[in-house]
Amino acid sequence: MTKQVQQLDRVIIRFAGDSGDGMQLTGDRFTAETAQFGNDLSTLPNFPAEIRAPAGTLPGVSSFQLHFADHDILTPGDAPNVLVAMNPAALKANLGDLPKGADIIANTDEFTKRNLAKVGYDGNPLEDDSLAEWRLHAVPLTSLTVKALEGYDISKKDAERAKNMFALGLLSWLYHRPTEGTIQFLEAKFAKKPEIAKANIAAFQAGWNYGETTESFSVSYEIKPATLRPGTYRNISGNQALAYGLIAASVQSKLPLFLGSYPITPASDILHELSKHKRFGVRTFQAEDEIAGVGAALGAAFGGSLGVTTTSGPGIALKAETVGLAVTTELPLIIVDVQRAGPSTGMPTKTEQTDLLMAMYGRNGESPVPVLAAATPSDCFTMAIEAARIALKYRTPVMLLSDGYLANGSEPWRIPDIDELPDISVLFTTEPNGADGTTYLPYLRDPETLARPWAVPGTAGLEHRIGGIEKADGTGNISYDPDNHDKMVRLRQAKIDGIDVPDLVVDDPDGDARVLVLGWGSTYGPIAAAARRVRASGHKVAQAHLRHLNPLPANTGEVLRSYDKVLLPEINLGQLAMLLRARYLVDVISYNRVRGLPFKAAELAAVIQDVIESD
Amino acid sequence: MTDTLNGKGLALIPRTDVKQTLKDFKSDQEVRWCPGCGDYAILAAVQSFLPELGLKRENIVFVSGIGCSSRFPYYLNTYGFHSIHGRAPAIATGLAASRPDLSVWVITGDGDALSIGGNHLIHALRRNVNLNILLFNNRIYGLTKGQYSPTSEIGKITKSTPMGSLDKPFNPISLALGAEAGFVARTIDSDRKHLQGVLRQAAEHRGASLVEIYQNCNIFNDGAFDTLKDPGTRDEITVRLEHGQPIVFGTGDNERAVRLSPTGGVEVVRRAEVSDGEILVHDAHNPDPSLAFALSRLDEPAFEHVPIGVFRSIDRPSYDQLLNEQVQTATADKGTGSLADLLHGGDTWTIR
Repeated sequence: MTKQVQQLDRVIIRFAGDSGDGMQLTGDRFTAETAQFGNDLSTLPNFPAEIRAPAGTLPGVSSFQLHFADHDILTPGDAPNVLVAMNPAALKANLGDLPKGADIIANTDEFTKRNLAKVGYDGNPLEDDSLAEWRLHAVPLTSLTVKALEGYDISKKDAERAKNMFALGLLSWLYHRPTEGTIQFLEAKFAKKPEIAKANIAAFQAGWNYGETTESFSVSYEIKPATLRPGTYRNISGNQALAYGLIAASVQSKLPLFLGSYPITPASDILHELSKHKRFGVRTFQAEDEIAGVGAALGAAFGGSLGVTTTSGPGIALKAETVGLAVTTELPLIIVDVQRAGPSTGMPTKTEQTDLLMAMYGRNGESPVPVLAAATPSDCFTMAIEAARIALKYRTPVMLLSDGYLANGSEPWRIPDIDELPDISVLFTTEPNGADGTTYLPYLRDPETLARPWAVPGTAGLEHRIGGIEKADGTGNISYDPDNHDKMVRLRQAKIDGIDVPDLVVDDPDGDARVLVLGWGSTYGPIAAAARRVRASGHKVAQAHLRHLNPLPANTGEVLRSYDKVLLPEINLGQLAMLLRARYLVDVISYNRVRGLPFKAAELAAVIQDVIESD
Repeated sequence: MTDTLNGKGLALIPRTDVKQTLKDFKSDQEVRWCPGCGDYAILAAVQSFLPELGLKRENIVFVSGIGCSSRFPYYLNTYGFHSIHGRAPAIATGLAASRPDLSVWVITGDGDALSIGGNHLIHALRRNVNLNILLFNNRIYGLTKGQYSPTSEIGKITKSTPMGSLDKPFNPISLALGAEAGFVARTIDSDRKHLQGVLRQAAEHRGASLVEIYQNCNIFNDGAFDTLKDPGTRDEITVRLEHGQPIVFGTGDNERAVRLSPTGGVEVVRRAEVSDGEILVHDAHNPDPSLAFALSRLDEPAFEHVPIGVFRSIDRPSYDQLLNEQVQTATADKGTGSLADLLHGGDTWTIR
């Protein structure tokens, strides 16, 4: 039988199953194959906070969405073209997102009376007409897998568990993915259990062969490699990019990296990643709590390390007092906030942009801190180095915002040449700086940057004391003098206000758009994709994206004022909009959704369209 | 197995040949404790003892939290960090873990260390971070003007407890031993010789050392330790612990001894009633902290006999040693990391 091959320019697949079904692994492998093939791609994992919610239930559904294309793309896609549903819960939880006509590959073995009842299905949707508007492929994935593995010396349970590899094999056939990488991956993953490795590889190949032979799939699809900028690429998630960025910052600053951190979703992977790289002199310290994490990082910074702490919103709340201490002791420190849905525990695995005002102002006293936000998963690398640059140059704590969407999402990353990375090395102060040639003044400022000198313990003759009490300008001695306090408050503010930040760049292909859509952080992808759609439909819209939120780029006010309307989508209730209105008196139009999920491109395109068309 | 550095706990810290004096360790800042505060005596004892260590002054760091005692670093001409309430052990942990060449001292009080900072204290102790933690215990909140503290006795009448405090106090020595600290000692502000002897041993112990110093707050809790200082009672209630020595105290007819009790703890008996062989010989190096813990309970419930000295001094690798060994092992196995190799690791593809 010769099967038809159809060309597509892009596909969105969602793998969904029980949280124990290995959907994240299946998605990761399909992503790796796709990256290897050379498509552009973007991914969105979506999983419950519970490690193993009760099997077969709606709260236990874990999914992984992958968008890949023959051209450059910006988001993981709004709606899947294909849903792989490993059980009734996965079908029910995801069907609402599935446009009519999309493919559903369902594991019939799991559609038992009991499993159907568990999620409130009266009948079996695979057998009645309820899925008539979709293209249903009912495949007994579990029993086919078990049958394919009959000859292997493994338990029935292990055989059943390989069903995700069968599904991966089937999808790999359907979209002409290369398979060597997955085979090598499985050999390495199960190196200590060769029989399990062989069985998983066999399941993977059986899935491929099933696609090749069964009549259920008459068509397979080709998506040509994308033409990206020349270079060497790898797929990278935001958390991994951020960890690599911190290591690069350590190398480029010639300072040892010290991470003080307490495990918290969705930031823990940065701790995990950094703990693997001790060869770079990286010291990771899993502290007793969030406060100790930042405290140890600050103590290490006092000793001359590049001090870093990583957390999510609840952790930032706990670290606030120590960040204030870093502000007043003017020591370099990087605080990474991988934002998640709040308040309180909120929804730990879901994304949000709701910590901006806390990052800006969540401390006692006048306590200015530079705030940066990464725009895409790979941008986390660049912004980690930028955070270190600012922290070291200006001797200040820096807040770097990521979020759950960037942290776990991934995209191809053009690996930079080491020569392209900025030199952010610092010179410790080693000589007295007082006018008399013998005293050391720890708060004598650099006239240009207003940064204070950094003399680390072990430097003879520069012994000095710093602390949380207000300091006299210059000497750093305790001071309760009213005028000195006013001066120090203003100096600390002026130092942050004066940080060199690149100008805001506007993307306006025709140069005469009257509406600007502005964003910050992880909304970059959906906003840019939406702007493309709007332009493709014949309208004009300018786009700009802020990665420096404090201080804002010097031209921000000028840019905002040069458009009739400024639209600002945020996954919060208008936090940046409030800052911009206060600062620039510009009537920013907010668009806000706080659903724990990224914006969709189609949704934002409609909003932009509305703003363009309304008077 | 990691070698420990005990007994030569200062080996990694640069030494000086230049003779130092007390004056070298005085900063130019005016000392601002209340007249008569026990902190003056401790400061003077520390300033006059530090030269004995022969360490480079620039390699000594004092880190403190918040409270009267936490002003200490400002008065010493070393590196110093006056931090925030309760967090000194955490901040000092980052410093000590990343800088094995520093002698790091934490100055804290009973409120700072045992209330707001209790968590950091026990974790610094269990990790065996290379810190000397001096806990000034005056059994009261001084800087906030006289509320009861986590070491105040039950029923303490203070501004915040007009009908008496309700909570049972911590015994800092018991707490530290419960956290399995490697070096645990108690001394008194007014006994300079004993204080300096204990500080010397703490300094030379690599790893976490906790020294409780009974310190008089003459404003809000005056006389808390008078029975240990008054010549009329001092020798009758002070139990001086010395490694390898039988534990006896008191004078004349009132001489007493400590022996193992049938219930598994220790008990105080009249010296005359026991044979030499029955008297407990103090073993500070016992790896099992149980007996040291039992000794720490001797002052319960009525402060009738109060042990001072080194309860425990055992040898185990410090946190910074272990952390740096991991860095060295990782580097020895695979060489120093190459950033280019790291970034190009995993699956890559090239577009021309």
